[in-house]
Amino acid sequence: MIRQLPSFSFAASRYSRGGGVFVLIACLSLSACARQPAPEGVNDPNEAVNRHVHAFNRGVDKALLRPAASAYGTIVPEPVERGVKNFATNLDVPGDVVNDLLQAKAGDALHNTARFLVNSTVGIGGLFDPATPMVLTGAPTDFGETLHVWGSKEGRYVEVPFLGPSTTRDFAGTLVDVGLNPLRLVFEAPETYWMTGAKVASTLGDRSRYSETVDSILYDSADSYAQARLLYLQNRRFELGQTEGGADAGDDVNFEDPYAQ
Amino acid sequence: MRNDPSNMRLTRRGFTSVALAASAAFALPLPAAALDVAEARGLIDKAVADVNGIINSGRSESQMFGDFEKVFVKYADVPIIARSALGVAARSASAGQLSAFTKAYQGYISRKYGRRFREFIGGSIEVVDAKPIKSYYEVISVATLKGEAPFDLRWHVSDKSGRNLFFNIIIEGVNMLASERTEIGALLDKNGGDLDKLIGQLKTI
Repeated sequence: MIRQLPSFSFAASRYSRGGGVFVLIACLSLSACARQPAPEGVNDPNEAVNRHVHAFNRGVDKALLRPAASAYGTIVPEPVERGVKNFATNLDVPGDVVNDLLQAKAGDALHNTARFLVNSTVGIGGLFDPATPMVLTGAPTDFGETLHVWGSKEGRYVEVPFLGPSTTRDFAGTLVDVGLNPLRLVFEAPETYWMTGAKVASTLGDRSRYSETVDSILYDSADSYAQARLLYLQNRRFELGQTEGGADAGDDVNFEDPYAQ
Repeated sequence: MRNDPSNMRLTRRGFTSVALAASAAFALPLPAAALDVAEARGLIDKAVADVNGIINSGRSESQMFGDFEKVFVKYADVPIIARSALGVAARSASAGQLSAFTKAYQGYISRKYGRRFREFIGGSIEVVDAKPIKSYYEVISVATLKGEAPFDLRWHVSDKSGRNLFFNIIIEGVNMLASERTEIGALLDKNGGDLDKLIGQLKTI
């Protein structure tokens, strides 16, 4: 992995040059980089279909993911679990850098590049996360956010089989992100199998670590579909900075006045 | 009559009600003067100090549930949160139903969130900022849990109830009032829209 680093940094520098030009063109031609009005409420015209997918996903969780995660959480010691998660997260960082550049966020791109270099070397291939105590905390992003920065609207709410809640914009972003990670271009089999394996194991670890939260949404709420949809949309809008309140920021869509009701 | 000194004497019942009123006044987190940023922040500082005290107290979980309910009742505007959770159904409810609902809801929400506070044990919450928004105040805090990245926790504070209390909590953008309205709405539907049945169910979950 570390031996491969020079070829990666070459790939990254190629990307950054191409990415910079691309962003410039994108900004000029779309006259984008303009803020869309923050989305409000829920846009879910395909609710009937989505509810079927949700029932399917719940079945997959109950029959496969939940028991597998529970076994994983029981068998794998906590430090190993953390190492796997660090490793899988670190593999996503080059993709984050590409998205930072596409969003014309040079500072974030530098930040994530430094984070990747520190964790890949000092952190032994990303198993440890020495970057966080060095104030290089994770700043993950994705192509859905890039589309948002370019002016794309949220679109419709969709529940994707096996993946769960998303929107048409963010699901398109997820598909692009798979191909966008430079590491996928640099590495070949069997390294790519390790990457996929780490991702799967990390997902099991997350499901196990947040089991109470996930269970409370999926199995304890009266309408798990509506609850998951609400949580996803609100959290996503928060991540994209669309729910920042403030007296001068106009309307905060997340803001409620129960006293006025 | 008014000047009759015998009327000024404190009877035992009179004394009790004065004492109750006084202790109620002292129980107010802050005087109900016009709310400002510093007061809103002060309220949440106190609530957070209480919560931090509980999660690091080393008491048993079931004892903590009770402690959390007390903090919730002391610092949150429970009637308005209950009313908001009930949504449009609150408008057609009788006064008796509303108060029965509020009572059942208070226990329900304390158990529900109390269970989740287990994840806060060993962690801490720190107030970092406060600002006015429209007719109320937002107090911004950062929660740090064991082995997790810090996350954003916001409190919305108002004095419209006559006391300074928080009425909404927003965790990484997820709004408690909206989530509660979705949940209570779904529960009401499951009970065929019958509020009395919903109240009965809330007491059991």
